[in-house]
Amino acid sequence: MKKILTSTIALVTVLTAFTSCNNNSGNSGGNSGALSSNVAEKVYVAPGEHDSHYAFISGGYSGNLTVYGLPSGRMFKEIPVFSQFPTSGYGYSEETKPMLNTSHGFIPWGDSHHPDISQTKGEIDGRFIFINENNTPRIAKIDLKTFETTEIIEVPNSAGNHSSSFVTENTEYVVAGTRFSVPIPQRDMPIKDYKGNFQGALSFISVAPETGNMDIKFQVLMPGFNYDLAHPGRGASHGWFFFSTYNTEEASTLLEVNASQNDKDFIAAVNWKKIEEYVNNGGGKMIPADYAHNVYDEHTHTATSTMKKEVRVVNPTDVPGAVYLLPTPKSPHGCDVDPSGEYIVGNGKLSANLTIHSFKKMLVAIENNKFAGDAYGIPILNFEDVLAGVVEQAGLGPLHTEFDGQGNGYTTFFISSEVVKWKLGTWEVIDRQPTFYSVGHLTIPGGNSGKPQGKYMFAMNKITKDRYLPTGPELEHSAQLYDISGEKMELLLDFPTHGEPHYAAAMEAGLIKERSQKIYDLEDNKHAYAAKSDADTKIVRQGNEVHIYMTTIRSHFSPDNIEGIKLGDKVFFHITNLEQDFDVPHGFAVLGQNTSELLIMPGQTKTSIWEPSKVGVWPFYCTDFCSALHQEMQGYIRVSPANASTPLKWSMGEDIE
Amino acid sequence: MRKALKFTTVLFVTLLLSCGGSDKKEESSSYGKKAPEKKEVKAPASQRIDLSNKGIGSITSVDLGLVVDQDMAAQGKEVFEKMCTACHKADKKFIGPSPKDILKRRSPEWVMNMILNPDEMVKRDPLAKDLLIEFNGSPMANQNLTKEEARAVLEYFRTLK
Repeated sequence: MKKILTSTIALVTVLTAFTSCNNNSGNSGGNSGALSSNVAEKVYVAPGEHDSHYAFISGGYSGNLTVYGLPSGRMFKEIPVFSQFPTSGYGYSEETKPMLNTSHGFIPWGDSHHPDISQTKGEIDGRFIFINENNTPRIAKIDLKTFETTEIIEVPNSAGNHSSSFVTENTEYVVAGTRFSVPIPQRDMPIKDYKGNFQGALSFISVAPETGNMDIKFQVLMPGFNYDLAHPGRGASHGWFFFSTYNTEEASTLLEVNASQNDKDFIAAVNWKKIEEYVNNGGGKMIPADYAHNVYDEHTHTATSTMKKEVRVVNPTDVPGAVYLLPTPKSPHGCDVDPSGEYIVGNGKLSANLTIHSFKKMLVAIENNKFAGDAYGIPILNFEDVLAGVVEQAGLGPLHTEFDGQGNGYTTFFISSEVVKWKLGTWEVIDRQPTFYSVGHLTIPGGNSGKPQGKYMFAMNKITKDRYLPTGPELEHSAQLYDISGEKMELLLDFPTHGEPHYAAAMEAGLIKERSQKIYDLEDNKHAYAAKSDADTKIVRQGNEVHIYMTTIRSHFSPDNIEGIKLGDKVFFHITNLEQDFDVPHGFAVLGQNTSELLIMPGQTKTSIWEPSKVGVWPFYCTDFCSALHQEMQGYIRVSPANASTPLKWSMGEDIE
Repeated sequence: MRKALKFTTVLFVTLLLSCGGSDKKEESSSYGKKAPEKKEVKAPASQRIDLSNKGIGSITSVDLGLVVDQDMAAQGKEVFEKMCTACHKADKKFIGPSPKDILKRRSPEWVMNMILNPDEMVKRDPLAKDLLIEFNGSPMANQNLTKEEARAVLEYFRTLK
């Protein structure tokens, strides 16, 4: 009897094990077996422990940048960049409204695409992260000390700022290429005259070594192709930049057919060092252009917007040896350079093969003047002369490639929905893993640098379908994290991402974590309307503008009783958070505030304009649960009729007499 | 049956007790006036004198000069006015207690630890814990003063009479 029982238990156990194995493989897409048992451990970050890596994932049409931890896939922050963000008041507060100014006026949203971390000597240094806005072309810089957007520069003559924002080996430049070619300068002309008349601008934006300040050094005006993606040369190819192109047919309508006619398009190789030298010697010409340059000063806590009036442009045929075209099949999307700088990968999205060009062979062909022809005076090299190798039939719809620093490339295939690992030099496929579903970009920490950090790779998918609990027709996109430390890639984790993550940049946490700022020093607050102590609080009327210099500290506003405001007044709440302790922000909201709340960090000053529309006594309060007495953190502001004679008075801790 | 009765009784009493407990609580908070706590014979924390307690934190000994260092006190006054007056008034109770005569009630080490290490103090130091309750749970904010600044503020406190 006992024996029977024992064997039954054993049988049930075995069966259960089988069943759970089956379930497992069903859910995770075939990644079962003995190894998968420790997958959970690999992504488990115990409560209170920190992740080992930061991932900065573009928010796409959210216009922002999200910060995640790896391997947990937890989201830590959404950094507002190109879109208004009522959570903090970014783009609503008086201090940050100038950040969203453009030559087209105030633009409250953007389409952010490709973040890239600053580099020193070919290694990511974690100082800044740059990201492009695709729709109204702009490049933003985020300071990784504060995780705040501190600079945005508009890119004139560009349209669909897609082959952006990628930095050179020492962050000499952040580069922004145009996807759409347009008339330069913009003018009223028939669309059918596109061919031969439209141009594509590739912009080289210099980054000041100390401050990181951006300035457009020059724009190369290229033929009217679509410039899709780009990456810098590195190591031996430092000084060059590579851009993939499509629509070399120069079609202006039904591109899905008309831009797929040519068997090969090009990767444009741009010798920016040569052009830089030409420009430094007075080359190129300044042409009129309107673009905004917006800078946030962390001492005044205030942004300024300056309209620039001209930009330097360079005709590539005026600089011999500056630009060459490398034939690449077929409508290449991603244009990726391996860590050594020797291999330039063209991911021909309508091709099943991956094309890899050799930088050395390119130099030899140029040296020997072996050209297949030219396009608008720009020499075209022979495909065979520059070809290093082909990864044959690796999948369908190759889009992007990253590298692990161990001699392997990892390419996403959109149509066949997989990541393929292949070997540089032998071009053999080593492994393939499915993604869920329809992968776009992928990221390896330190991927766009001479020194990738390996260990993890994550794929950012365009389609989510059934991966999570359903949330109606609209779903967040899914990402998948893989362990790439072994020969085979191992799927570890699914996690949702916000908006549409195009690309991401990731790195080991150390450098950023050490420098991360905790508070703003009140002493350094140079805001024009700061009240740096209780003694500085006051209210000043200038005509119908009323400036309230207000402070916050746990758990009160000073002043908290205000009278003498009249209908028709424009009330400026300038609020300084006097706290000097980590993670003690205060919020500010007043009834009828038709901008957004403010979230004010310790030592910071922010301003909200309130134009009361009704007579009455209106409350204001702190929106961020700041202490046990948070609910007591409130005040009243009295609004009198326009013709009333209520005197302007304020107080805190006593009645207004 | 007997057992059941016993159980019910216990349950009933427990319910009663807990009801009574919560009633009392509500009363005191809803009327805002704290009924004098019968068991508590101690004076309010702000009036208690304890010169031997050095508090918890990095400050273990402070040498007070025989006479007040006027330069340091002036510097301390400046720091106090900038960083502390949102909650403390020199001459009267405000959000927090007045620092007037503080050294008659507290050791200099305790004062500096309270300035420099308030989070731990209100959790673990018995006096600081009681003060937090006495001042309605209003937290002593850590204003990230340097040791030198806190020392100067202490010197300034010596001038408050």
